[in-house]
Amino acid sequence: MPKVTFIEHNGTEHVIEGDIGDSLMSLATGNLVPGIDADCGGECSCATCHCIVDDAWIEKAGQLSETEESMLDLNPDRESNSRLSCQIPLTEELDGIVVQLPEFQY
Amino acid sequence: MSAMVMVGAGHAAGQAAATLRQAGYEGELIILGDESHPPYQRPPLSKQYLSGEHGLEKVYLRPEKFYADRNIDLRTDTSVIKIDPANKSVTTSGGNTIDYEKLLIATGSRPRKLGIEGSDLEGVHYLRTIADVDVISTAMKSATNVCIVGGGYIGLEVASVAVVSGLQVNVLEMEERILQRVTTPEMSEFYHDLHTGRGVAIHVNTACSGFEGDGHVERVVCGETSIDTDLVIVGIGIIPNTELASDAGLTCDNGIVVDDHCVTSDPNIFAAGDCTNHPNPILDRRLRLESVPNAMEQARTAAANMAGGDKSYAAVPWFWSDQYELKLQMVGFSSDGDVQVVRGNKATNKFAVFYISNGAIVAVDAINSPREFMIAKQLYGKQVDVSQLADVNFDLKNLLQK
Repeated sequence: MPKVTFIEHNGTEHVIEGDIGDSLMSLATGNLVPGIDADCGGECSCATCHCIVDDAWIEKAGQLSETEESMLDLNPDRESNSRLSCQIPLTEELDGIVVQLPEFQY
Repeated sequence: MSAMVMVGAGHAAGQAAATLRQAGYEGELIILGDESHPPYQRPPLSKQYLSGEHGLEKVYLRPEKFYADRNIDLRTDTSVIKIDPANKSVTTSGGNTIDYEKLLIATGSRPRKLGIEGSDLEGVHYLRTIADVDVISTAMKSATNVCIVGGGYIGLEVASVAVVSGLQVNVLEMEERILQRVTTPEMSEFYHDLHTGRGVAIHVNTACSGFEGDGHVERVVCGETSIDTDLVIVGIGIIPNTELASDAGLTCDNGIVVDDHCVTSDPNIFAAGDCTNHPNPILDRRLRLESVPNAMEQARTAAANMAGGDKSYAAVPWFWSDQYELKLQMVGFSSDGDVQVVRGNKATNKFAVFYISNGAIVAVDAINSPREFMIAKQLYGKQVDVSQLADVNFDLKNLLQK
């Protein structure tokens, strides 16, 4: 099972194993990782599951849809490797992925 | 023995339990739900779950094993019939009495029923639960003519799924326009045209007076006329589930009355979600909201305070609805605005309407326009230059200051 490392804003690390096809968002909420609100439940409707993907993994995490890009673009904490974690399904290739969580979700 | 007890197992109860564990509360935690499922998301029920795009596992808020893993005592198929604030206990329909230290009432709401002739015929359905949708989606496979009573968001979402899957769809709306209770005439017209353009027949000013059929519904009667149908879905609003609270002597007034800490009139009893009448300091008034984000935020607030914290609820309401390939995201209430500013072109199905009051953004309806939704969420109540909002060449990002 692929492993994901979530790093909270305060530096606390959570290493979690997930099933192929789980979104990073559902992995975080299902394991009580603080910092992911996920109000809309994974519909790309709220942008409260923002994460920052480690540079080494950003390409493997896939392309942003137009909706995801628009939602992120007006996020004050947006970085070049920002993603919405509900839009990243776990694959074998992502085994070991590291993502940072922002202090606030908007 | 004393525990944190949740009555209801919807969004609010599920989130409150998770928040309590996340905050380090290690004591006994019991969720009492009258359905057969762990806490799940209702929004996909009239969308991706109905269409078959999402299975159950995507609808559950957290995996089924989460509750046992976290030592959360999730009791499904368990109805609470009484709350006894004096003894700090609840009684279930099975006759069990459960003591609580703090109680969260998260009983949500139920569909408003049509009290007309023939309502109990087979084929007449309401849509609120997974069980409802399981029956409806099976019925849709063999149905030809679907009749939807009520032109609200639920009804229109179902209409879009049904017409896309090849069914004949009639929507009956008793008011003069669909979505009358929740949006402006302009937005109603936009959605009316959208649906009729996709083949849905919308009948406004049409009150349903009865259903006819031999055991199974065959016709919807509307005064002098009738429409043939083999499947009826009624979506005419909801009623908050406040009876347990009012029977227990808690103050209720269009919902269970709570303060900004989600505390009811009893200091050991909290309430969250659709069933509450709560103060919103940003809107400066009390509200009862039928909204998932509200249920989630109230649950976080209640859980923090149940664990001895001091958290106040203050969130701008927002909503969403998916119909066809159109994503509608709303912030605030359009009825709070006195000026409308349209950004984008309605003909392209990609536009937003900002609602302005005294120069400030008080609401937005954003159709396939997530940027406009995000800006309204962040600039709610802030003064804006309406000419900039209306100018699609003006980058909204310039309005944000970190």
